[in-house]
Amino acid sequence: MFDLDWFPKWNRENPKDVFGPAIIIGAVGGAVLVAALIITWGNPAETSTMQTGPRGSGMGVVELVANREAVDPTVEAYTSDAPYAPEEGDALAKDVYENVQVLGDVTEDNFDRMMASITAWVSPKEGCAYCHGDDETYAKDDLYTKVVARRMIQMTQLINEEYDGHVAPAGVNCYTCHRGEAVPSDIWFKRSPVLQNVSGWSANQNFATLQSSSTSLPSDALEQYLLGDETVSVHDLKPRVSNEGTAAIQNTERTYSLMNYYANSLGVNCTFCHNTRAFYDGEQVTPQWAVANEARAMVQDVNNDYLVPLKDAYPENRLGPRHDDAPKAGCKTCHKGVYKPLGGMDMISDWPELATTETPVYE
Amino acid sequence: MIEYQNIFNQVQVQGPAELGITNGKGIEKERGGTPFFSKIMGWIGNAQIGPIHLGFFGLISVITGTLALNIIGLNMLAQVGWSFPEFLRQGFWLALEPPGPEWGLRMPPLDQGGWYIICSFFLLISVLSWWVRSYVRASELKMGKHVAWAFAAAIWLFLVLGLFRPVLMGSWSEAVPYGIFPHLDWTTAFSIRYGNLYYNPFHALSIVFLYGSVLLFAMHGATILAVSRLGGDRELEQIFDRGTASERAALFWRWTMGFNATMEGIHRWAWWFAVLTPITGGIGILITGTLVDNWYLWAIEHSFAPAYEGGYGYEAYTP
Repeated sequence: MFDLDWFPKWNRENPKDVFGPAIIIGAVGGAVLVAALIITWGNPAETSTMQTGPRGSGMGVVELVANREAVDPTVEAYTSDAPYAPEEGDALAKDVYENVQVLGDVTEDNFDRMMASITAWVSPKEGCAYCHGDDETYAKDDLYTKVVARRMIQMTQLINEEYDGHVAPAGVNCYTCHRGEAVPSDIWFKRSPVLQNVSGWSANQNFATLQSSSTSLPSDALEQYLLGDETVSVHDLKPRVSNEGTAAIQNTERTYSLMNYYANSLGVNCTFCHNTRAFYDGEQVTPQWAVANEARAMVQDVNNDYLVPLKDAYPENRLGPRHDDAPKAGCKTCHKGVYKPLGGMDMISDWPELATTETPVYE
Repeated sequence: MIEYQNIFNQVQVQGPAELGITNGKGIEKERGGTPFFSKIMGWIGNAQIGPIHLGFFGLISVITGTLALNIIGLNMLAQVGWSFPEFLRQGFWLALEPPGPEWGLRMPPLDQGGWYIICSFFLLISVLSWWVRSYVRASELKMGKHVAWAFAAAIWLFLVLGLFRPVLMGSWSEAVPYGIFPHLDWTTAFSIRYGNLYYNPFHALSIVFLYGSVLLFAMHGATILAVSRLGGDRELEQIFDRGTASERAALFWRWTMGFNATMEGIHRWAWWFAVLTPITGGIGILITGTLVDNWYLWAIEHSFAPAYEGGYGYEAYTP
């Protein structure tokens, strides 16, 4: 019916190597198309560099523009409430409620305001009952959540008062870590030893864990430096061998693991704090280095004085999977991957009650 | 048109298998395996696979090398509780680690680096046997020993990393772990611990020879390919009876950069650049931690790194 022979016949009579040109035309055409799309629609992987040191020092933090501009939903969801200026004769919380061990000298209005905000920050779904249960007097301590919350209020006061070098001017409140969750994200537990059938240095590394930021570096860095007080510095400060500063390669790897954790927690790289040609040199570090150094002392205090001693208060399901240890804080617990938590939003001006361990000052 | 090209041959010349020479003293007796032809291998080299010479040192090398690899692999498997899925998942992370610093040069228990020492011992025997083999094979074929000495340069670096430096430092913990990511961690930590290895002049030399080797290889390969249509790929003939191929190759470089290597000399250039890479690198590693503890400060002291006067002005960039 149809004579279609002409097509194969024509092909036979006109042999043509179509694959060579097809590959070239396809590759060149594809490249032109991609280039045109990037120019007209924008580069999806566009980066911008935040310079952290003078020109020539190669110091900068490279970020994906998409990440930088991404809106953190927890920033949007934050709510705050301005304090009521206390007046003569205002009732104090300790007189109105029973068993007020912290914030007792705060006026009733401000105390209620604080409680409402804590609920919004920490247990928005569970409400007051998360800590107070069905106790209508709000006085009982029979829920562990209440015991922990009280201690956390004291911890927040300490951080704002003692470590203002790290947290000022933004300050911190419950929301800095909690972000609407009863258990904050990015807490950590002891994880070492990570390997079986070996011990010593062999057992604490070479396994991808959260604690090692998925590297093969030691997984006990947080434990040694943010709970314990192991020396971070590994360098000899004299050019020739002087048998001082005898840190081994293994200690160096552990320090490197901690530094990885810092960098990942803050969404930065080494050159945010260091001039990488001489990591250790105190004269070549940026001002951020001192801020980070103070943070280490802060986290050690927070872990040793506040979080670890709460171990017995927690029910079993809140303890670590390996060592039944209390949950602990690290950089990422507050920072959540950005160098200024919540974009540096002011967390403390509305909350003089959380700014000091002493009587709050209302301005 | 039929073309015979040097790589990715479009035409593969295939005859009866070449069984190799004999010397009348029975060197062929240690040669084993029935030769066969592989078209895929023919694309990148000689299509004939085998026979292979095993011999005494080959046998020792293969046995000890297999033992070393198995010790590494089984240790990794044991570390994840003999779980194959975990072994595959964490394969690039796992390692056989050297003993901790607390053991010095003593023999630690097997689970704290003892296996590492045993494994290193077998690996050492394996590598040295393979070196002897490369020397003896060349000798039997009445060749120069250039391959063996080049291999020895690599073994020098291997010995510095795993034997000489740890002994001088008084601790096996200084040795390099056997693992994919862990040995990279070691490398970074080594540089950081000793104040930035980029300021180590021998490290710098090693990089020069490494990149130089790459450049020379590219220049030489390109030159020979460019004149192979004139018979330039018959390099040896061109050395003792220079034809138009090497004349043109020489002219090309002399006119391009004023100087040209010779048909023979270019191979010495390449050999020395390649061999000096691990030799200088090994020296750099050997004196790190044994003589110099902080290369950055050493470089400042020798006006090798600039010491900036005054502040850096970082405050201007504080986010």
